[in-house]
Amino acid sequence: MAQPFNPSVPIYLQLCERIKNRIIRGEIGIGERLPSVRELAIDAAVNPNTVQRAYRELEETGIVEKKRGQGTFVTEKPAVLQRMREELKTSHIKLFVSEMREMGYSEREMLDGLKDFLTDKEEKE
Amino acid sequence: MIQLEGVSKRYLTKKALKDVSLQIEPGQITGLIGSNGSGKSTTLKLIAGLLRPTHGTVLIDGETANRRICRKVAYLSELDSYYSFLTVLETVDFYARTFSDFNRVKAEEMLDFMKLDRMQKVKHLSKGNRGRLKIVVTLAREVPFLLMDEPLSGLDPMVRSSIIKGLISFVDLEKQTVIITTHELQEIEPLLDSVILIKNGVILDQKRVEAIRRNEKLSLSDWMVEKYGE
Repeated sequence: MAQPFNPSVPIYLQLCERIKNRIIRGEIGIGERLPSVRELAIDAAVNPNTVQRAYRELEETGIVEKKRGQGTFVTEKPAVLQRMREELKTSHIKLFVSEMREMGYSEREMLDGLKDFLTDKEEKE
Repeated sequence: MIQLEGVSKRYLTKKALKDVSLQIEPGQITGLIGSNGSGKSTTLKLIAGLLRPTHGTVLIDGETANRRICRKVAYLSELDSYYSFLTVLETVDFYARTFSDFNRVKAEEMLDFMKLDRMQKVKHLSKGNRGRLKIVVTLAREVPFLLMDEPLSGLDPMVRSSIIKGLISFVDLEKQTVIITTHELQEIEPLLDSVILIKNGVILDQKRVEAIRRNEKLSLSDWMVEKYGE
């Protein structure tokens, strides 16, 4: 069954995020071919035009490259992938910090909390 | 492109559509949404040339929609409209003989995709399989415009999902334009490029679905409820 989409964000952006996540997790390797537009459309139960738009968006950021008549491939440029990894990290941290701030936690508390959480986890493992 | 200009439709004394003007872009999937009795099916039948407007004009690629527009338009009725004594295969044959644009190969592929038993009689099919068969014979036609009246209503989630996947698999948006009327907004939303919202025979709004999400931060059903409440 197709994963549900967040109602307040355009679907093509959510598809971009999903693809980036799969690349970062290594599910789609460097230089590997992405599913065809129709394959992904069927898989996610979305309009093929939307998938096309997502692919175009990813292409503009250089994360994927279109090869005529062959399909769309993950870039082999390590710098681009590294930048994407950094961006994703920054955006997750931003979200975390802004939510914590809203609840009134100080920077000190956030840092200590993170450290404690990570050491706790290490010990358990 | 589909154009309605100042279209009204009256059934005896009841006004089903009131001075409707709209354009539907080609190469897209458009949802026609609204409550029961809002004028969705009437709009679709006018485009299919099955009804004639009381006032105004309906143009399909610049041509007036009348009975002969069926060369360009495939129409899926919300009612069951085939011969119940035919088998699934005979029904496909019947459509293939009726419409010169019918793609037999595509129909066979879709029968497999929908897992329909070719030898079964239509009257012995479940409601869900009758729904699937309707989709097969409609989508197998290679026409520029596909109109589907409530293709999902009253069907279980498995059938709805197979119909949606069938649509995505077999519609060619480079050559075809699709208009769907529906209540199943949540399921159909990811499929739509744009929506037309209709209430009491009047078009309330026409928007791209991505724009609703981006600008109003609403899902289609929330947007519809909000607009209807105004």
